[in-house]
Amino acid sequence: MEERDGIAEPWGTRTPYGPGEPWPVRVDSVLAEGVRAADVDAWVPTAAVLHSNGDGLDIAVRDGRIVGVRGRGDDRVNRGRLDPKDLFGWQANAAADRLTTPLVRDGDRLVEATWDEAMGRIVTRSKELLDEQGPSALGFLTSGQLFAEEYYTLAAVAHGGIGTNHLDGNTRLCTATAAAALKESFGCDGQPASYDDVDHADVIALFGHNAAETQAVLWSRILDRLEGPRPPALLCVDPRRTPVAEAATLHLAPLPGTNVALMNGILHEVIGNGWVDKDYVQRHTVGFDDLAGLVADYPPDRVAPICGVPAAQISEAARLVGTAERLLCTVLQGFYQSHQATAAAVQVNNLNLVRGMFGRPGAGVLQMNGQPTAENTRECGADGDLPGFRNWANDAHVAELARLWNLDLMRIPHFAPPTHLMQMLRYAENGTMRFLWVSATNPAVSLPELARVRSVLAQERLFLVVQDVFRTETAEFADVVLPAAMWGEKTGTFTNADRTVHLSGKAVDPPGEARPDLDIFLDYARRMDFRDADGAPFPPWHDAESAFEAWTRASADRPCDYSALSYSKLRAVSGIQWPCDADRPVGTDRLYADGRFFAHPDYCESYGRDLITGAPTEPTEYRASNPDGKAMLKAAEYVEAHETPGTDFPFALITGRTLYQFHTRTKTGRVPQLRDAAPEVWVEMSAADADAAGIAEGDLAEIASPRAAIRARVRISAIRDGVLFLPFHYGYWDTGDPSGSAGGRAANELVGTDWDPVSKQPLFKNAAARITRVGPGDGPAPAPTTAASASVTADLPTTAGGRSARASEEDR
Amino acid sequence: MKLDLAIRELHRAERNLARDFAKASERHQVEHEIHHVARDLAAWSRSHVTELVDAGRGYGLRLAGPPAQTGPLAPVRSKMSELTGRRAEPGLLLLADLRRLHRAAAGASLDWELLAQGAQAVKDTGLLELAQRCHPQTLRQLKWTNAMLKTLSPQILAS
Repeated sequence: MEERDGIAEPWGTRTPYGPGEPWPVRVDSVLAEGVRAADVDAWVPTAAVLHSNGDGLDIAVRDGRIVGVRGRGDDRVNRGRLDPKDLFGWQANAAADRLTTPLVRDGDRLVEATWDEAMGRIVTRSKELLDEQGPSALGFLTSGQLFAEEYYTLAAVAHGGIGTNHLDGNTRLCTATAAAALKESFGCDGQPASYDDVDHADVIALFGHNAAETQAVLWSRILDRLEGPRPPALLCVDPRRTPVAEAATLHLAPLPGTNVALMNGILHEVIGNGWVDKDYVQRHTVGFDDLAGLVADYPPDRVAPICGVPAAQISEAARLVGTAERLLCTVLQGFYQSHQATAAAVQVNNLNLVRGMFGRPGAGVLQMNGQPTAENTRECGADGDLPGFRNWANDAHVAELARLWNLDLMRIPHFAPPTHLMQMLRYAENGTMRFLWVSATNPAVSLPELARVRSVLAQERLFLVVQDVFRTETAEFADVVLPAAMWGEKTGTFTNADRTVHLSGKAVDPPGEARPDLDIFLDYARRMDFRDADGAPFPPWHDAESAFEAWTRASADRPCDYSALSYSKLRAVSGIQWPCDADRPVGTDRLYADGRFFAHPDYCESYGRDLITGAPTEPTEYRASNPDGKAMLKAAEYVEAHETPGTDFPFALITGRTLYQFHTRTKTGRVPQLRDAAPEVWVEMSAADADAAGIAEGDLAEIASPRAAIRARVRISAIRDGVLFLPFHYGYWDTGDPSGSAGGRAANELVGTDWDPVSKQPLFKNAAARITRVGPGDGPAPAPTTAASASVTADLPTTAGGRSARASEEDR
Repeated sequence: MKLDLAIRELHRAERNLARDFAKASERHQVEHEIHHVARDLAAWSRSHVTELVDAGRGYGLRLAGPPAQTGPLAPVRSKMSELTGRRAEPGLLLLADLRRLHRAAAGASLDWELLAQGAQAVKDTGLLELAQRCHPQTLRQLKWTNAMLKTLSPQILAS
């Protein structure tokens, strides 16, 4: 057994392998100081929850406490490997400041209360508002970190019980564009490819996807291919020199906000050079002529000055993807949170479609997710869609849902798309939504333009419920705070970015009076006395397993079919990919292998939207343009971003992630190894820009946008000139100003309110900013040296965890 | 031949449309999607005006160029929007503005239809291509105003 520093070596030791070979198994594990494997009472199977990769792992339990984790060698996703957040994140469960009792507002304080008192206040206010205004006064904002059972229950409570259209997840911030791009191209959400495609691809193209930091174990897999025989070529599109860019055959660093121009240029070259699978295009797609006509206007010479990328690099990138034999493309936030998000992501789908690269080993598209259970938010109907990828604009789909729930059709709102998060915030701002229930997320740090967000949440007329495991910045504004159980303290299922479903077991009891989110939602439903058409309690299920069974029935015959999955099957097999039904009892590795899509007008989840205006396509129009349900080649012209660098604010500011933290650090900031690896906010700029501004490594600087200013220490990194990068994780709970009323630290203070009209995902990588030196720092910036934030000017010691961060590696 | 009249009429309609979209963008600054998309859609109408000015020359017309991106009252409209952003009442004004925009875009769409018919009758392929290029964008403006009305009206009317 080998040991490694789990912080300093985030991707572990290489286990090289060749194309078509299985990825070797290597089991990573960590146990608390002084605990040996023989001391462990039980190993409880689950999967990782601090990213979207879905690494299968077992929780070690001793004397009723979590004492460590071990990767599952039999799991298809990670073959035993664990990344830094997997290895150490479990310690957050036992943090001393967990919420253990409900809190209610008493003037300007939150005071402890009983569950009866807290739920009583929520129910009283709900009923008052239903009487006064009706369902439109109530809204629910959930997460990408709960379980499928919980989202499905919340969807039933909100859409069926209350009858409101206002239910969305914070997945709107991370994964809405993935779903939207899949709907535009295939008529339906659902990840086409599989992680196994890494084993077969000869070219892997990562578009705005810093896999090394967002899906570290998947990156280990790619690194192992790169070290093995006949490695794939890598294309990286990212304005930062990430570990992906370092390893890439070709790295394109476009200016933020210009992805559509770049993609149109690449498609121009691919089509112009005849790298098109004409037979595939003819048999399986519609819209090729329009696509070819549009990209004809984007020769590399025109695109180069828009993107700040040499024309030769654009042609070279096109050659790489255009001549690949097995092309795997992946997409993430660099596209999803940028201007023209959906139009850019759709062009990646187009690229694989025109090349006929779908549904076979090594050939496909992975439109990635950000959060661990974002896929479930989408499929269960808690993310602006109806459960089971049902189409809100198709009356037959809504009628089917009404039958499933035994409710009158009119109780389920379907007069317009379910309200997205940013619109819900606006309804709270203008006072037409007066009740907001936030579960497992932290909008007071994660949303754009935080001064505005705080001013909305702080309104007296807004009744705010916050259900969480810690007292977040958002909880500071709440009228009622509900303490929830965490991963490892409750049972449920969740699904990763490549459709792999895991059962997550209960390893230990939640602290104090904390309760599983599912129990809280069901308790609310009972207290509200929701009834179905026959007067029976609604929803009819009562625990995790009965909720799961109800969900499998709701998903039957839909694209995300769970009907042949059960808790017992998921206990027997670590990780199964949906669709899983009677015909496919072991699950499905790739969608669309037969060139058939979910796009038929009667079956599709969405009729699509205009890629520029976002206006939904009318059903008749969809039916006329795609009667046979083929894949759709859609494209849009490049439009300049709404906020661009200028005289006062000369930089393009982008925000993003670091390997060691997750979201607003609610958990990772309470884990010593992770906290210390990236302890404080920093800002990245290029060496040339730093020279020009008279700034040195570690200096304190003020970063300002037209909306606000914050301070951060400067890391001079290999980011492209003209661009600033801020990690978005750092809020205020660990400062003397726990609600963040004075601002000054969080990146989202600076970001403006603008979203992609198609996916409604906010554009976090879309601000103009300036940077000014404030004074010297006391050493280098507090940024990790192991990844994209590495220094280019100073020879700094590697970020390491030392004694407390030792992890074991065991080859099997 | 009365094609010059058709061009003049369409030019007037598109100029007004460009101005109305810009005004709606300024007036509804706090409705972020309206604010941003209306501004992008105003740009479409401005480019239609520029193209019509060129086309008009061939028919002896000297037409005004596109309106300025923002008028003198833009700051006032934006400020008003911010000041009333916490109130529900401007919702009705928003519906009225979208309704007016929708009707104006419908008028412009019909005028494009007429222009295309006339261009075919006199076999002016340049003019026909212009209509084929621009008219789809007018239809998209029309669909957007309709979609926003449909999406936003339930909350405004029910509260």
